[in-house]
Amino acid sequence: MTVSRFPRALLIGLTVLVVACGDNGKEADKDSAAFSSTYQPAVSRPVLITNAHILIGNGEELMKGSVLMQDGLIAAVGEKIRAPRDTIEIDAKGKWVTPGIIDNHSHLGVYPSPGVNAHSDGNEMSSPVTAEVWVEHSVWPQDPGFAAALAGGITTMQILPGSANLIGGRSVTLKNVPSRTMQGMKFPGAPYGLKMACGENPKRVYGEGKGRAPGTRMGNVAGYRNAWISAQTYQKKLSAFAEGNGEAPDRDLSLETLAGVLNGEILVHNHCYRADEMAVMIDLSKEFGYKISSFHHAVEAYKIADLLAESDTCASMWADWGGFKMEAFDDVRENIPMVAKAGACAIVHSDSAVGIQRLNQEAAKAMAAGQRVGIDFDEAEAISWLTRNPAKSLGIVEKTGSLENGKMADLVIWNTNPFSVYAQAERVYIDGVLTYDRYNPAHQPVSDYVLGHRAENGGAE
Amino acid sequence: MSKPIIAAVAIAAATALVSTTAYADVIAIKDATVHTMGSGGTMENATILIEDGEVTAVGSDVQIPSGATVIEAKGKIVTPGVFDTVSTLGVQEVGAVDSTNDYQGSVASGPAFKVVDGFNPRSPGLIANRIEGVTRGFLMPRPNEEGHILAGTGSVVHFGSVDDYIVNENAAVVVYLGERGAAMAGGSRGLATLKLREALNDAEDYRDDRDGYDSGSSREMSLGKSDLEALQGVIRGKTPLIAVVDRAADIEAVLKLAREFALELVIYSGAEAWMVADKIADADVTVVLNPLQNLPSQFESLNSTFDNATRLNVAGVNIAFAHTDSHNPRNLTQLAGNAVANGLPWDVALRAITVNPADLFGGSADCCAIEPGHRADLVVWPADPLEVTTFADHVFINGERIKMKSRQTMLRDRYLDLEGKLPFAYRK
Repeated sequence: MTVSRFPRALLIGLTVLVVACGDNGKEADKDSAAFSSTYQPAVSRPVLITNAHILIGNGEELMKGSVLMQDGLIAAVGEKIRAPRDTIEIDAKGKWVTPGIIDNHSHLGVYPSPGVNAHSDGNEMSSPVTAEVWVEHSVWPQDPGFAAALAGGITTMQILPGSANLIGGRSVTLKNVPSRTMQGMKFPGAPYGLKMACGENPKRVYGEGKGRAPGTRMGNVAGYRNAWISAQTYQKKLSAFAEGNGEAPDRDLSLETLAGVLNGEILVHNHCYRADEMAVMIDLSKEFGYKISSFHHAVEAYKIADLLAESDTCASMWADWGGFKMEAFDDVRENIPMVAKAGACAIVHSDSAVGIQRLNQEAAKAMAAGQRVGIDFDEAEAISWLTRNPAKSLGIVEKTGSLENGKMADLVIWNTNPFSVYAQAERVYIDGVLTYDRYNPAHQPVSDYVLGHRAENGGAE
Repeated sequence: MSKPIIAAVAIAAATALVSTTAYADVIAIKDATVHTMGSGGTMENATILIEDGEVTAVGSDVQIPSGATVIEAKGKIVTPGVFDTVSTLGVQEVGAVDSTNDYQGSVASGPAFKVVDGFNPRSPGLIANRIEGVTRGFLMPRPNEEGHILAGTGSVVHFGSVDDYIVNENAAVVVYLGERGAAMAGGSRGLATLKLREALNDAEDYRDDRDGYDSGSSREMSLGKSDLEALQGVIRGKTPLIAVVDRAADIEAVLKLAREFALELVIYSGAEAWMVADKIADADVTVVLNPLQNLPSQFESLNSTFDNATRLNVAGVNIAFAHTDSHNPRNLTQLAGNAVANGLPWDVALRAITVNPADLFGGSADCCAIEPGHRADLVVWPADPLEVTTFADHVFINGERIKMKSRQTMLRDRYLDLEGKLPFAYRK
């Protein structure tokens, strides 16, 4: 059957085709259902949090407010809320509530702890364009880093392939819920992402490391363009076939993913440090008619914040990392607030199993650095850098990223202002389910790997 | 040809003149909360007088001489400068550009390798950190695959001037044990221990018969002359030996070896130190650790926990903090703040990033607690220095007041207004 060559991702974009194919379309659906999410939140009683300082995630805050979570969703946010009879009520006097933190740049599960070679599953360094790989096939759900991130309030994260390749493969968005399988963590309905990388890494790995293209930045760009040209040709064949002309092309994993980007169904996440290179990548995206959802690392984003705002491209950044390579040499502490000030979508990301545990502190450093130079974002605005904005970059902002009615009940109760070094996440709810409680070991997940190893958990001695 | 040289000399002379003038001035930091980290404890509404770079008075009843430069510090906090315990400032500029890295070689080297010989006090990365309160550090040699597990001799420097920055040249010798040391020594911890023993035995025999060594009549040694010399302080128990170890069993093994050779041991990294805290306390050994190391990132650090610092402190172990982000020792305050969030008393956390490491590596007898007779090596903060939203207002290093400007602040200022009139390249 030729039709089974089509993944659903392509069909969704080509409405005509779906209608024309009838039953065949269904078969295609089944085909792409491979690896689909099996995540089902546990049934939870309604929870009402009262008297909390609430950062909503959309730029607003309530100094003394309530949130009601019901059936896994945010049911109400306000000064006073009436709750159903069986509601668990939590008096959060003196505490702060924020949306669950979202890290759109993580390698948890693909570069897990312990960091031994046998666990190194994040970079398919066998060819500079590996659009055919899906990072979800590398994710090890037993990485102890997931639970550590949960204790830092992380409820959703995008797992990306590394940056060795020009095109590194598909990303996956996961909910930070303990599970035996990757599918059990997969964010239902989240679009896939595509990892691309600019600059030093690809040319070093291939040119310097393997003596093959790309060996320069111009070689990098030629590599992307060749890949997109192939994808366009593939897409044209698909369209022609859908219109009843010619043969369907053979199924090609790599081109399927790239065509998914051209159709707007797969979101581009582009590792890129330098301002001038980001400008080139924006032009490249225009040449081939796709959109860059977010630049990642974007150490020089502050130099072209206006271009980012214009093209509606997010920049996912660190608060203060830099200096470790040439393209990271112009880091400034004010990068994030300077991008936000220009009206662009600013995001705090981690790229680190350590940093992901304290994204709130990274946002605090960036916010305070901005305030020093008169960029006066407060906590209510700055929280969006690690909630709403990353959700937007992942295509899930309708579902999570702020405490608004009907969104997933992903939220964190902090013991104090989360923009303080002394703040700790006390409770983390995912889809209304208490997934982490700092004071109750029964609500603290422990990975298989850690079990029996750690002295604290009854192992070792 | 000669003109530029003359100009340079003239500038140097002018600079010297200015700094001499500055020395003659008296600076008064007025009405601050001062955490002296010394015999004075914490003082409220206190004034610090700095004369010729030296603290001459600290207290709430200090008279400010007329003509003094006054820094109003009501509601502000003064602490000793932050000590970068495992530093690469000035010996590493761009991590991935080898030509800018001098903290590590790529050929066979041993304990005589001195990182400080490649120190650049004008490093932009150093300046970016010192304006945030990092005033001195221990330049730690790192090993390479060709080299000895005794990786080199580290030095203490201050970051305040381009001259006389060395505080203690032979501050400590570093040995890599654990997984890294095992890999370097040939694939087994046993081989690493053997190498260390051989080196220590050789250093002792060399000490006892230098003439024999020089005339070629002594037995064959595992190290060359300069390396054997570099170990003399270590075998005398004068120069600390920093052992890089994480696993509890590795810590126990090196404690034993240190006792056998009467070494002044320091444990660095120490992810599982809390499990053998009592033994470390009994041996009076300091642990240098990263309080945010909580992941089982290697097999040797399976029992990493946020509680490490707290438990060591409760057991009476002296601790100092080290970061693992080469370009961001300025975040040591953040590490300390997190340690407090995880149960460590605030003043112990502050000690762990200031006076504890300064004392540990020696050469800082006139530093770093804020006391009369000490060099001014201190920071004025607008609020709690351990808080992530706090940035230093004023920094003094070894008596010099630091200009609060770096390449990073200049880049920021250039791009702060994207619609400004001048083209970017003309904004300086």
